[in-house]
Amino acid sequence: MPSTAALLSQAFNGLALGSLLALVASGLTIILGTLGVLNFAHGALFAVGAYTAFVMMQATHSFVLALLGGSAVMLIVGFAMERLVIRHFYARPDEDQILVTYGIGIVLVEGLRAYFGGNSQRVPVPSWGVGATKLGFMIYPTYRLQLIGIVAALLVGLYLVLYRTSVGLVVRAGIENAGMVGILGIDVRRTFLFVFAVGIVAVGLAGMLYAPVVAVTPDMGASFMVQSFVVIVLGGLGSFPGAVIGGLIAGEIISLTSAFDSAYSEVMLYGLMALVLVARPQGLFGTEGRV
Amino acid sequence: MSLLEVEGIDALYGDSHVLFDVSLRVEQNEVVALLGRNGAGKTTTLRTLMGVLKPRTGAIRLAGLPIHGLPPARIARAGMQLVPEERAVFGGLTVEENLRVARLTAGKPWPLDRIWEVFPRLKERRASRGRTLSGGEQQMLSIARALIRDPTLLLLDEPFEGLAPLIVLDLVALTRRLAAEGRTIVIVEQNVSAVLDLADRVYGFNNGHIVYEGQAADLRANPAPMRGFMGLAA
Repeated sequence: MPSTAALLSQAFNGLALGSLLALVASGLTIILGTLGVLNFAHGALFAVGAYTAFVMMQATHSFVLALLGGSAVMLIVGFAMERLVIRHFYARPDEDQILVTYGIGIVLVEGLRAYFGGNSQRVPVPSWGVGATKLGFMIYPTYRLQLIGIVAALLVGLYLVLYRTSVGLVVRAGIENAGMVGILGIDVRRTFLFVFAVGIVAVGLAGMLYAPVVAVTPDMGASFMVQSFVVIVLGGLGSFPGAVIGGLIAGEIISLTSAFDSAYSEVMLYGLMALVLVARPQGLFGTEGRV
Repeated sequence: MSLLEVEGIDALYGDSHVLFDVSLRVEQNEVVALLGRNGAGKTTTLRTLMGVLKPRTGAIRLAGLPIHGLPPARIARAGMQLVPEERAVFGGLTVEENLRVARLTAGKPWPLDRIWEVFPRLKERRASRGRTLSGGEQQMLSIARALIRDPTLLLLDEPFEGLAPLIVLDLVALTRRLAAEGRTIVIVEQNVSAVLDLADRVYGFNNGHIVYEGQAADLRANPAPMRGFMGLAA
């Protein structure tokens, strides 16, 4: 049985992982809900974000500038992907959409491998995040605490855009019925472009923020993508609150199980997904009848 | 010039040909009913007018402006507004949010107060989510969402279907009031007696063709021609 301190530490790790999963899954679920496209390139874009942070850090030596510059790069990547490829697949069957996004993912990952090599890269912890912080009941790495705070702020920002602005109103309506939004005079194509780009910036930011904590490799997004799929099934397809709560639950399950035996952490996650699918197929925050 | 002119449109769902050489016109301030059996092409006609379905051939003009082939958003901004058969209320959005979405791109949207005047029930439920509304309330919201855009041409697809008789009476009264105010309406409805009461003119559909055109008053006086497209005498 792990000690209380170890469990607490894992609970905080779960919060950090969960908040990142929430950010990744938010983009994935909003894109899926609005555009109807399951973006299999999402994991690769997570890695692109991390490498962008790596390059920007080398160029500017400032993590804040790396985040800002990296967001701009991800915005351009998102716009380009939607304009050049994704928009031509809206009317195509699901299999085509999956194949093309999966293909883009492979191209991105192998592009990173070709350019940066297969060896892992290191992004240093920002100077303001070095060291550990005494929380009274335990000591915890400062940057990880900051990571939780930054992601929470980003999620609140996303919430405000979705629930307090006209664009967010259109996105939420579009998640339910994009066709009807068009009938009400709104150019859904522009909304789609916006949603896709925001989703890509969100996953890119998650990759950038995660970069100082792990080894940056071309494949680093793969497990995040799979876990994010589980998160949106848990939370309900197309549901932003579902992605946030689902992400936190998934992060905690993975981390707390690891305190006992890390071999079982994914088993527990899939076990919970199976339970939710049996008891509430539409997910925790999903709407019945949506698939 | 008629407000709406439709000339020889053909439409297909995938490989199946559903509209054949459909031509019709709607004058300003007129209420026109499209009648016919299920699958005759009435709903398809409305969806084609709104741009949801692209016509294969033919021309559609709204106030002289060619609109065939345009996406629904552009057609809506030109002044046409469809209230779809399935109502398509945004269930996760509140009543007020549903109306706010509809207002966004309208040229001269109604103030919310005017909607609350017409639909006091919706005002009571303004903070409720769409999915919690009854069928009648959802239909009201669907119509309100169209009206708030102040459309020059309103397309109503089976607005009374599946609703309790008392609600239908309310909605018939509302439609009559809109018509009396001079709003131009094209209505598709299975409830023949209600719609003949409302309409000025009627087009009869059969198997994707228009097989009848006449005054509603004539059909009220002599329903015999309806055998040709309804298979019954109302």
